[in-house]
This record gives sequence, structure tokens and C-alpha cells, in this order.
Amino acid sequence: MSDIILHIAGLSKSYSGIKALDHVQLTLKKGEVHALMGENGAGKSTFMKILVGLVKPDSGEIVLEGKRLEHNDVNAILKKGISMIHQEILIIPELTVAQNIFLGREKEITGSRTGWLNDENIVAKATSLLQEMGVDIAADIRMRYLSVAQMQMVEIAKAISNDAKVIIMDEPTSAISDKEVATLFRIIRELKNKGVAIIYISHKMDEIFEIADTITVLRDGKYIATKKAAELDNGSLIAMMVGREIDKMFPEPVAEKGKVVLGVKNLSKKGKFSDISFEVHAGEILGISGLMGAGRTEIAQAIYGLAPADSGIVQINGQEVFIKSPRDAVNFGIGYVSEDRKSLGFIPELSVKQNVTLASLSEHRRGIFISNESEDKAANRIIADLKIKTSGGGQKVTHLSGGNQQKVVIGKVLLSSPQVIILDEPTRGVDVGAKFEIYKLISNLTANGIAVIMISSELPEILGMSDRIMVLSKGIQTAMLTRQEATQELIMKYSVQ
Amino acid sequence: MENRLATKFRNVGQYGIFLAFALICLGLALSTPKFFTLSNLMIIGTQVSINALLAFGVTFVIITGGIDLSLGSMVAVAGVLTATFAHPDTYPVIVPIFAGLAGGLILGAFNGLVITKSKVPPFIVTLGTMTIGRGLALILSKGRPISNLSDTFNFIGGGTIFGIPFPIVILILAFIGCSVILNKTILGRYMYAVGGNEPAARASGIRVNRVKMWVYTICGLLSAMGGILLTSRITTGQPNAGAGFELDAIAAAIIGGTSTSGGTGTMTGTLIGALLIGVISNSLDLLNVTSYYQQVVMGAIIIGAVVLDSMGKEKGV
Repeated sequence: MSDIILHIAGLSKSYSGIKALDHVQLTLKKGEVHALMGENGAGKSTFMKILVGLVKPDSGEIVLEGKRLEHNDVNAILKKGISMIHQEILIIPELTVAQNIFLGREKEITGSRTGWLNDENIVAKATSLLQEMGVDIAADIRMRYLSVAQMQMVEIAKAISNDAKVIIMDEPTSAISDKEVATLFRIIRELKNKGVAIIYISHKMDEIFEIADTITVLRDGKYIATKKAAELDNGSLIAMMVGREIDKMFPEPVAEKGKVVLGVKNLSKKGKFSDISFEVHAGEILGISGLMGAGRTEIAQAIYGLAPADSGIVQINGQEVFIKSPRDAVNFGIGYVSEDRKSLGFIPELSVKQNVTLASLSEHRRGIFISNESEDKAANRIIADLKIKTSGGGQKVTHLSGGNQQKVVIGKVLLSSPQVIILDEPTRGVDVGAKFEIYKLISNLTANGIAVIMISSELPEILGMSDRIMVLSKGIQTAMLTRQEATQELIMKYSVQ
Repeated sequence: MENRLATKFRNVGQYGIFLAFALICLGLALSTPKFFTLSNLMIIGTQVSINALLAFGVTFVIITGGIDLSLGSMVAVAGVLTATFAHPDTYPVIVPIFAGLAGGLILGAFNGLVITKSKVPPFIVTLGTMTIGRGLALILSKGRPISNLSDTFNFIGGGTIFGIPFPIVILILAFIGCSVILNKTILGRYMYAVGGNEPAARASGIRVNRVKMWVYTICGLLSAMGGILLTSRITTGQPNAGAGFELDAIAAAIIGGTSTSGGTGTMTGTLIGALLIGVISNSLDLLNVTSYYQQVVMGAIIIGAVVLDSMGKEKGV
């Protein structure tokens, strides 16, 4: 049993009497990739915060290489060999790659006693580290010039330079392209071979089955089970996570399609996309697929007026319209649910009620005043319709789970009575149960005659939901596939064309 | 569940200032009999009124995520303008009032215009306006105080209605007006939205620039009201008046729980903040503490209020 590197047992943590973690256990072996799965709110992040020393547990023990870890100090734990790659990468943009890697350890790395820095030494060490990993990043450039994926590599290099025995990766692929995911997985496998154990947190099933050896599932702060990845499939894993079987992930498409609601002709924007043309009918879902950087979001934002196109025509119900700002778009009946819900979707400090009515507040007015009755009525209706889980309309959105926040954003768009809704990665960062509900919601929209454009990186989602699929590659429209002819392979083929 | 507790904790932080204020008042009432007399309370109310007007204005601005450093200079410009038209037997009293308000309106709108059109941070823009405004006040008054003002005009700062000093009446009306704007109007909701998350507000179809224009203009108007009040109280238009007023106003807003990062804040909090500042300087006077110490105490209170607030938030997470 000497290959066990980390053993955690009976870990509990309560916040003011409410159990966030309840006797959670985990056993990690050398060279293992161990996926930690669970819906949002299952306790994964509390668990990881305890592990890296950010939060003190109430009870339980953590044993690293046979020695019990006393938990109170982030630095001590880092030195003992547990590192975490955070989802929101923590770097200092104005420092160089090398300076970031060795931040806080300049003295020990350079052997300097006086506090004078020796940058050349640091750069040399960082360069050899990055070369060893097989990534092509210059160690002496400033961090802010790197892509998200490159920053992630730097974080991993930092963990390696710390002699990490355990590396925790929290949603490492949420913001990087498929090609970069491949690089990440190559590095994970190399780390594995060196005996480093990885705790891998992700919502993406296909990734989990590709990279993980073992899977531990948490639900409502409780340990559910640990299984070999090979013993599980999509369905059984989801069932463990949500505690029930989800028989059918995607609802049936609505048969009746109406007239063309949105028409786009020869839309172009320099350096982003060119010559994009398509139509969306009432009650139809048009999927837009493509790799990161293919121009999907840019097209959506051009139609919505967030970053208008250089040329091309947008028509609503056959009439040409000119949209220069989101306000124009809302007035023409276009709604947009951004992929970046935190920065473009909602106002965290405002309540659920205030957020859902934000785009349609002028409908609830008496002169310059807000009509509370009318606003409450609309808000309560949408909260009930979308099954938004809140302690009441007055709860602040910042306190909701990711899935419920997404529903708030969709609710806001719906209340502005759109004819067309553009959903950009509607289920990103949303757990399985909420995903299922969002799919049903989208299906209901089409049943009510709304035209839907859905952008998604998840192929099963695109295939399961769309009536037609437009595939983009490097800003060019490479295919328009019907539901019948579309397959994963075909979409991939056109995506890389 | 965790969330509800967090909310509760934050609310305690919000009530904390009310509690602190009540405790300080209680302590003062017990330690000096002079404190809790009607006449002393009237004095405090009158003294607080100008700072409170400015603080209401800057609360709007801070809620939208901005800042206004030109309040003090707008007080001076409005004061000089209003005094120019307030000599006895010249114009009806409405003329100097409008002249003063116009000064604040123009400078406030100027702030809003430059901030929305140029994307220069409000801190820099209003720092510039602070200096411009001071210069304008000196130019308009030729560098000299303007005295000999009409009795009707001097009623604004010195008169009483049913025994209540007129500045307190203005304070109460302004408080009600500002609370209504913030809580009951679409503009008020949009202020919170812009300060809470500007890109999301814009993506929701809110005309962010228009909201900011309004906010800086309203702030200018409230500063001008403060300037008119001050001029009437000291019965002279002073080009050097109001220097440093912006800091007291910002302090009142912050003590009252307005977050400098925008998106949160209430008029009631700001009113309490302004009253707290007023009560403390009043009581330190009553207790014969020299004004040097008063400044130290005031500074400590500002820091203490924000520390309390951020501790409440941290626990909430």
C-alpha cells in the first residue's frame, strides 16, 4: 500500500450549523488521475479549499505520505507538495513568466541572501522547466501576453517547481480550445508517469472518461462512491451525481416551424468573420458549432450590437434593421444570453427580481417611477416558469448556483419579449441537473414560436438540440447541416476545414 | 442555506452603523446633559445639512462606481454666483437661487460629459474640475468675498419654519427626494445596475452614459444647494468656501455603507454617516476636546466603519 500518497477520511466542515462537507473521504495513489465529480454545491470547492489550507476543517484527517497534515497554513501545505491550479488563474500580468513561476521564492531559488534579485538565474531555471514540459513559452516575457492555455501551463510549471506530489486542477479546460486541451492532457499524462497524482475537477463528461483513472462522486456534501472510470459510463455517472436517472437528456424538437424571423446576409467583420449568411425560423433551433476562435461569439455579438459588424445585412421579419447597440437589438426583439454570464449577464448585488426585469423595466413604469406591483408580477411569473431556486425574489443573484444564475439571465431576456434568442454556451459551468432543465426550457421557447440560435462547444448538446447546424471555421461558414445528416465526425471535419 | 446566513451577516454590517450611531448618542446623552437638548439637536442638524446634501449627491455617484472630487469647488462656484444676484433690492430671491443651481448644474454636467465621452477615470476628471471650479469662483468674484446680501436670501440659511431651522427643512426634503430617486425610479435602479456590473448593464440595453450624465448632474445640483445654503448662512459668497468639503461628503457616504467599488449604498446610510460625523464633532466640542483631536477621531471612525463593513462581507463569503 505504499503507493498511496494522500489519504483523507472523515472530513467534515459546517458553516454556522449547515454541513458543507459531511464525512468525506478520498484515497489518492501515486500517478493517478482522480476525478472529483458532483453538481454545483456538492462540496467540491470546500473540499479543495480545505486540502490547500484555505479553510480549516471541523474534523477529519488528511494524511500525506503517511504523515498527518495539520491544517492552517497555505504556504506550509504548498511546501509539502500539494498545489492547486485554480479555475480563475492567479497570475500577476505585469511580471514575467519566470517571475510568476518563482514568485515568493526568489531568495531560495537564487540563493540570494540580501534580497537583491537575480533575474537571469530565475529565467534560466524557468526556461529549463518549461522545456522539460515540452511547452514553447518564453520565460522572460510578461504574463499578460500569454493565452489562457499558456498561463495554465505556467501554473503547472509553478506546481512542478514546487515539487508538487499532488496537483489539483479545477475546471482546467473551461476556457481553452480543443487543441490546447490535447496539450494539457499530454502534460497530465507525463506528470502521471513521474508519479504525480492529479485531482481533476470538471463538468465535462467526455474529458473525465478520457483522462481519469478513478472517479469519486460527492453529492450534497456527502461522499457517494469511488469507482474505476472504466466501470462507469455517462449514464451511471450522472445518476450517481444527481441521485436519480435522467432518462432522456434532450427533449424532442418541435415539429412546426414558422416564418423566417431573423435573416443575416453577408455579415462580415474584419479579422473576425466574413460573409456569414443564414436564416432562423420561428420555433427553430439553429446550432452554431466551431472551435474556439472560429468567430461564433463574435457573430452573436455583432447581431446583438455589442460589437457591430463592418458590413452585411440583418433582417427581422423580412425588414432590414440597423443595430448599433444592445438597446437597439432589444427594441427589435433580439435577446442575447452571453457565454460570459458573470461579466455580461447579471448584476451580482441586485436581487433576482431586479435582475430579471432589468432589460424590460420601462414596461413596468408609471412616469419616472417603477410600478412595484407590475414588476413583482412579471418577476414572480418568470421565477416560477423557469423554476429558479431562490429563497425569494429579493435574494441577491450572487448567492445563487451557476445553473440558477443562468436561468436568471435567460429570464431577463425572456421578459423583454424577444422573437429571437441567441444563447451563447447556455450550459457552460452548469451542473448536469440544471443542464437538463435548461434544455427543456429552450425547447419550450421554440414551442412558443421563438427562434433560437444556440452556440455551443459541446457537440452532444449541439447534436441533441439543433434543427440545423451551422459550422464555422476561422470565421468562415463551412457547412449548414440538417439534424438528420449531422454527426460528430462531420461537424469536426467542417470545423477544421 | 449558507447564503441566507451570509445575507444576514451582511445585514448586521448594514445595521452596525445605526447601532453605533445610537450607542454614541446614548453615551453622549448620559455623559453631558447639554447634548440631548432641543437647541443642541437643532444646531447639529443645521451644521450637518450642507455636508449631508453633498453626501447625498456623491452617494449617487459612488453607487454607479464613480467618484466626484469637485463638490467643494462646486459649492464655491454656486456660492459666488448666488451671492452676485442676492444683493438687497435687486432681484427676487428666486434669481440668485437659480443662478447658484445653474453653476452646479453646468459643472456637474461637464463632469458627466467628459467622463462619458472620454473614458478618462472620474477621479482624474473631477480632480480637474475641482481646480477649474475653484478658479472660476475666484474669477467670478474677482477674488473678493461678496457680502451685503438681502434678508430674504439670508432666510435660507438662518431662518426657521415653526421653530425648525430652514436648513433642516431643506435637509429633510432633499433626503426624501434622493431616497425616492434611488429606490423608486428607473434611474435609481439603473444606477445600481451600472455600478454593480457596467458591461452587463450595457448588454441589458441600459443607456449607461445617460445614467452617468444624470448622476453627475444631480451631484452638481446638490452641491450647488449646499453652496447656496452656506452662502446664506455666512451671509457672504466666499470664493474659497467649500475647500475639502468633498472629503467629508465622501466620508459620510462610506461610513454609511456605500461601497467605493460601486453597486451598493443607501441614502439612509449616508444620512446616518453625515449625522455621525456631525454628532461627534459637536460632542467633542461640548466635551471641550480640541479640534486637533477631533480630526484624529474622525479619521479613525472612517477606517473603523470600512473595516467593520469588510469584515462583515468576508464572513459572509
